Amino acid sequence: MHWVNALSMLIMIGSGWEIYNDEVIFGWLHFPHWMTVGDGPEGALQWHFFAMWVLMINGLCYLAYGFATGRFRRKLLPISPRELIATIGDALRFKLGHDDITHYNAVQKLLYVGIILIIVVQVLSGFAVWKPIQLSELSALFLGFQGSRLAHFVGMALIVGFLLVHVALALLVPKTIGAMLTGGPVVGDDNDTH
Amino acid sequence: MSIKAPSSSIFRPKGGIDQSVLAEHKALLADINRRNILRGAVSLGALTMLTGCSVTRTEPVQAVLKAMSQFNDKVQALLFRPDHLAPTYREDQVVKPPRFNAYYDIEDIVPVDAASWKLELSGLIQDKRAWTAPQIYALPEQEWIIRHICVEGWDYIGQWSDVNLRHFLERIGADLTAKYVSFKCADDYYGSIDMATALHPQTILATKYAREPITDPFGFPLRLRTATKLGFKNPKWITSMEVTNTYPGGYFEDRGFNWFSGI
Repeated sequence: MHWVNALSMLIMIGSGWEIYNDEVIFGWLHFPHWMTVGDGPEGALQWHFFAMWVLMINGLCYLAYGFATGRFRRKLLPISPRELIATIGDALRFKLGHDDITHYNAVQKLLYVGIILIIVVQVLSGFAVWKPIQLSELSALFLGFQGSRLAHFVGMALIVGFLLVHVALALLVPKTIGAMLTGGPVVGDDNDTH
Repeated sequence: MSIKAPSSSIFRPKGGIDQSVLAEHKALLADINRRNILRGAVSLGALTMLTGCSVTRTEPVQAVLKAMSQFNDKVQALLFRPDHLAPTYREDQVVKPPRFNAYYDIEDIVPVDAASWKLELSGLIQDKRAWTAPQIYALPEQEWIIRHICVEGWDYIGQWSDVNLRHFLERIGADLTAKYVSFKCADDYYGSIDMATALHPQTILATKYAREPITDPFGFPLRLRTATKLGFKNPKWITSMEVTNTYPGGYFEDRGFNWFSGI
């Protein structure tokens, strides 16, 4: 699930950049062609409208799995503000423990809950850009067509920001990468193979 | 790879092939295969970022993307709400003149001569007589102040008026159960829409913008304006209309853009 998500998300981001280039929101920002997916807007749109199904179906399965098995409640909640501050303190003093990678610290919990919510909103703003008339009620929530475009752009920026931090930190703790490739350590009933 | 018959090249060795060479290459081949599989698995993610190379252009990939685009046509037809009206706007919000866009520059427009212009009709239509501009002007007029959204991402509010397309199709005895309404233009542009969109209340054959005749760059004398499609689905300088069950495609659609392109 994680890797299907990663691949479809990279396609969505890369093709999104190519689509963005056709009518930029910020005059100073164009994405160089070598880092985009799809040839021209027509190619990029094809990729975007292909990968969106992969991302959505995979994402819905993930959410259903997370809620049904109680994984979200067990792994991502509760997030206590006190623990959050303690974790940040530990991190700043380079004392963060990585002995048990199956247990998320408060910062991780917050970021993972955050990124899930951001991706859900990103899918919604994507629908609002795609169908501003058929889904005019949704479009109105994002303050119309240009508002939806901007929201979709900001969502992309947040996801890319998360991605950079997420990958950098995973590389700092190499054993997490092994766990992500093999399905992770077996922890009794808590065996998680996503 | 096809197997070629031995050539009569002078470089072809006369004697048999040394078996030790074959054994050596066999091992090499096995190694290369294993490496390729590993590399393929690992670089799947990286490949998606390398768009400069041929990955996105190879035929099987294109076939999948095309099939997906056709699937998305069907999804969009399901999402389409025939009676759901697009938001309309106030007259003071109308942008004048409208924003120009075509596959060529505004200087390259060849104006249409209204005196000799006719709208030709063909396909599943009972009364196929051609229409002149004055005949169309005499039809009941309808006005919509609606948002024009381009596939590129820009938009503006425009004020379009003349005959409602459903009204016109009924008047000429078109088969309203047909799948497509297709248009050809005075330039070599062409396009088509689904019947459900053609019958939507906010789909009109427009001759006026902001209560004045449409000017040359924007489709004089006749263009399509539908509130539920992207800009390029609204052909300008229309010279003929056909009602058909055969997929007609379109100028940009045949170059890879999604056909339904509803908004």
